[in-house]
Amino acid sequence: MTYPTDRKYTKEHEWITADGTIGITNHAQESLGDIVFVDLPKVGAEIVAGKPFGTVESVKAVSDLFAPVSGTLTGVNESLATAPEQVNKDAHASWIVKVKVKDPAELNALLSAADYEKFVSEEAGH
Amino acid sequence: MSVAEAIPVVSKPVRKTALNAVHRQMGAKMVEFNGWDMPVEYPASIGCGIAAEHIAVRTGVGIFDVSHMGDIRLAGREALAAVQHISMNDASRLAIGQAQYSALLYPQGTFVDDVIVHRLGEDEYLLVINAGTREKDFNWVRDNTRQFDCKVEHLSDDFTQIAIQGPKGVDVLQQLTDADLSAVKFYWVTRGTVCGLKDVLIGRTGYTAEDGFEIYIPSDEETSARVWYEILAAGKKFGAVPCGLGARNTLRLEGKLPLYGHEISDTINVWEAGLDRFCKMDKPDFIGRAALETAKAGGLKKTLVGLEMVDRGIARDGYKVLDEGGREIGYVTSGSPAPFLKKNIALAYVPPAQAAVGTTVKVEIRGRGVKAQVVPTPFYKRPKKP
Repeated sequence: MTYPTDRKYTKEHEWITADGTIGITNHAQESLGDIVFVDLPKVGAEIVAGKPFGTVESVKAVSDLFAPVSGTLTGVNESLATAPEQVNKDAHASWIVKVKVKDPAELNALLSAADYEKFVSEEAGH
Repeated sequence: MSVAEAIPVVSKPVRKTALNAVHRQMGAKMVEFNGWDMPVEYPASIGCGIAAEHIAVRTGVGIFDVSHMGDIRLAGREALAAVQHISMNDASRLAIGQAQYSALLYPQGTFVDDVIVHRLGEDEYLLVINAGTREKDFNWVRDNTRQFDCKVEHLSDDFTQIAIQGPKGVDVLQQLTDADLSAVKFYWVTRGTVCGLKDVLIGRTGYTAEDGFEIYIPSDEETSARVWYEILAAGKKFGAVPCGLGARNTLRLEGKLPLYGHEISDTINVWEAGLDRFCKMDKPDFIGRAALETAKAGGLKKTLVGLEMVDRGIARDGYKVLDEGGREIGYVTSGSPAPFLKKNIALAYVPPAQAAVGTTVKVEIRGRGVKAQVVPTPFYKRPKKP
């Protein structure tokens, strides 16, 4: 899998673009399996870097979504309510929320595509 | 659990079935289950995943490695009396070659484990038991049958157990055996040559609420892998897929088949679990009977019901059940999306007053009461053959 270089990544397996669009990585969707439910806050909600802001559920398990950065939600992908499987089909094209980033330095400090790929392969090597 | 935690990391020593390397080779996602390193699902790249595996069993056929299940053999002059003493169903009703669902009970009328009792010969019985309770069960059976002229053997490690489940299971297995499977009724066993192996025990049993078979073959890795791949190859034209524990759980949940540690345990009794029809109070005395008599007279404090989520949300194991006013009244024992029924379902213990079909309750999901309704169970019943 090659990870798009137009965005940053977290060790919690989320991605975020420069304009604050957030999703989960292909590695995360693969690990979760069939995604059947996405539970998200409403537009206007404040999210805090490193803190859970929503959940993704597969048939088997519930997983928290962690905020890659702090900010205010400006968009929530409503289509995931009825078609959460989009995330399985193309995790890097299926955005989950959009956020107005509070501090761009937080975003810049996240992992590059190459670093994330390395992190994933090291994790698999455990 | 975070997304990161969903990614399995197996670090401590766990037990492995003889097919462990095969599962890994096929790219299965592995998880620890009751101390066993088991496949939870096979990869999307070969058309699998919990939902796809589940649907395959409902509509075609799925193949499971269930070698983690344990086996106890009781044989000897007083084998029947021994089985009768330690189990709640009436084993005297079994013909040779017949099997029954039953349970081992504590004197309190609660569960040591649920089991399938197979009568293999005149004075020979095989109990198939759960993976997580193997040692506990064997010790229990051995210690409580000492007074009988009957040999008790723990055969769990002797078998690789493969389940071939689904309406097409019979067609798949028939290609690989000389035994006439059409003559084997549900919950009966036979013996035959399977994949060239002589005298293999074949049971028309399973844990999927579907028709299907379970075979018991020698547990060496080479034989196990050969038979596994031969079954998958024979099943190809029927769309057979390998299935993991994820689908096994959702299949059994749709069929309301209990899982030890969830619907049944050492603190739940037979009446609460609703397993009355497998408990024969009119047979000779058995461990747990007296307590069950008392419990029956005292009335139920909680009872197992089926729930269907009305509002958006998925009930999960351990979540609280609330009444409409938000007061805690019970808990979810198993909850999941049901891939075939396409509903979010759960089994839960609630007081009898709130157990009537149609009762509205709430399930507490991340601090929020989400509406659910008591529905008839089993959620899924397989269609009768035409």
